[in-house]
Amino acid sequence: MDRIKYKHIVDKYKSDENKIINLVISFLIGGLVGAISVGLTDLYSYILDIPSKDATTFMIVTLIIISCLFTALGFFDKWVTFAKCGLIIPITGFAHSMMSSSLEFKKEGFIYGIGSNMFKLAGSVIVYGVVSASLFGTIRYVFFGG
Amino acid sequence: MTFKYNNVYVNNVATVVGPYENKGPLKDKFDKSYDDLYCNEKTWEKAEVKLMKDSIEILLKKSKRDVRDIELIIGGDLLNQICATSYAVSNYNIPHLGIYSACSTSTEGILIASNFIDGGKIKNAIVSVSSHNLSSEKQFRNPTEYGSPRPSTATFTTTGGASILLTSARSKIKVESATVGRICDMGINDANNMGAVMAIAAAKTIKEHLTDTKRDINYYDMIITGDLGCYGKEILKDYMKEEYNIELDNNYFDSGTMIFDLNNQKEVKAGGSGPACSPLVNYAYIFPLIEKRIINKVLIVATGALFSPTFVYQKNSILSISHAISLESVK
Repeated sequence: MDRIKYKHIVDKYKSDENKIINLVISFLIGGLVGAISVGLTDLYSYILDIPSKDATTFMIVTLIIISCLFTALGFFDKWVTFAKCGLIIPITGFAHSMMSSSLEFKKEGFIYGIGSNMFKLAGSVIVYGVVSASLFGTIRYVFFGG
Repeated sequence: MTFKYNNVYVNNVATVVGPYENKGPLKDKFDKSYDDLYCNEKTWEKAEVKLMKDSIEILLKKSKRDVRDIELIIGGDLLNQICATSYAVSNYNIPHLGIYSACSTSTEGILIASNFIDGGKIKNAIVSVSSHNLSSEKQFRNPTEYGSPRPSTATFTTTGGASILLTSARSKIKVESATVGRICDMGINDANNMGAVMAIAAAKTIKEHLTDTKRDINYYDMIITGDLGCYGKEILKDYMKEEYNIELDNNYFDSGTMIFDLNNQKEVKAGGSGPACSPLVNYAYIFPLIEKRIINKVLIVATGALFSPTFVYQKNSILSISHAISLESVK
């Protein structure tokens, strides 16, 4: 029997994941995170009387601190397993990926453990974030005058 | 390639498990269990060493032997350079062979030890294996605290250590024969569907064993594959039927689906895996049945996915292998 025939049998027993339900959960939770963020931004700009651009930075820092704290306390992974991309795509996922990698390699020490493994998952996001930002920044500068 | 043995017997076995296995259907049958994945150690890697060391200690105690009586220890695990085994065995001053065959390490070890014993080179040998859920996750997948979502075809590495003492002295269980498997490659590179990767290896080894020994599938009271999980199990059944016209029926079981309660332990997804999965189920649950002669002829087909993240990222498929051992009850 060749690979195609075998693959045919394998395909018969594929994962019975319900994509629609996953999608709805991610959409709702992702949306909730977004709503909380807007609420936080408005709150900061109202309480501290600062422009909304500065309040946004405050909001991002708050989300990062909260998700790092929840990861360290050991229950954010269960939330991620449930909400999937709803929590992975926002800044919460980025912070969580760095925090979980740091926790994982804590025992190997500060240099060979935390330092060299912290960006294990987040590294690609940073690299390609910077690359695409430079690319589109250049395009904007050349064609639209900055 | 199948070897027949005349004087290889199972003297004793020992099993140690972690918290998840201890909530499974076989919870009362293991020799020792830990409620915590750290097993009173500082790291998961050390915890895995402890699981294997504990299983060796318990085995020596149960078989009332001094460590100096043991002629050879064969062992393996999943960690890089099979380090858990080396550290566990380093406590004893006994000749050691470290082996790697992923989740089929247990049967490979028994096969090698049996050849030594049957050939008259040695009189006894211990075969030990271990795996740890979190040390494996750390090495092969995402950080454990990341909680990466997994599809239902994914399997859950068992936490445990299992050791067996084989001797040339007669006992209630005989190692009757063993079949050395061949590496299979069906072009599958989905690390979340190891059942599909390994089912083919189990099928080929079962077929080769039956051909070599000129036996029918119903010769065995039980055929137990290693850690195919609930999806891989069905793939194997379908493949055997379509390719060889062999019906795996009521006498076919899979360790991966037996070690956990798949309905109530949802985190295990398709079932258990890891080098310890097959021996934990066999030593703790099947061997006592053979001893009591409730079942007499058993074929254990442990399956291993020879998975390397590096090779898969370099666009290679995951290879698999399976070794079988046939056990008989002795009157």
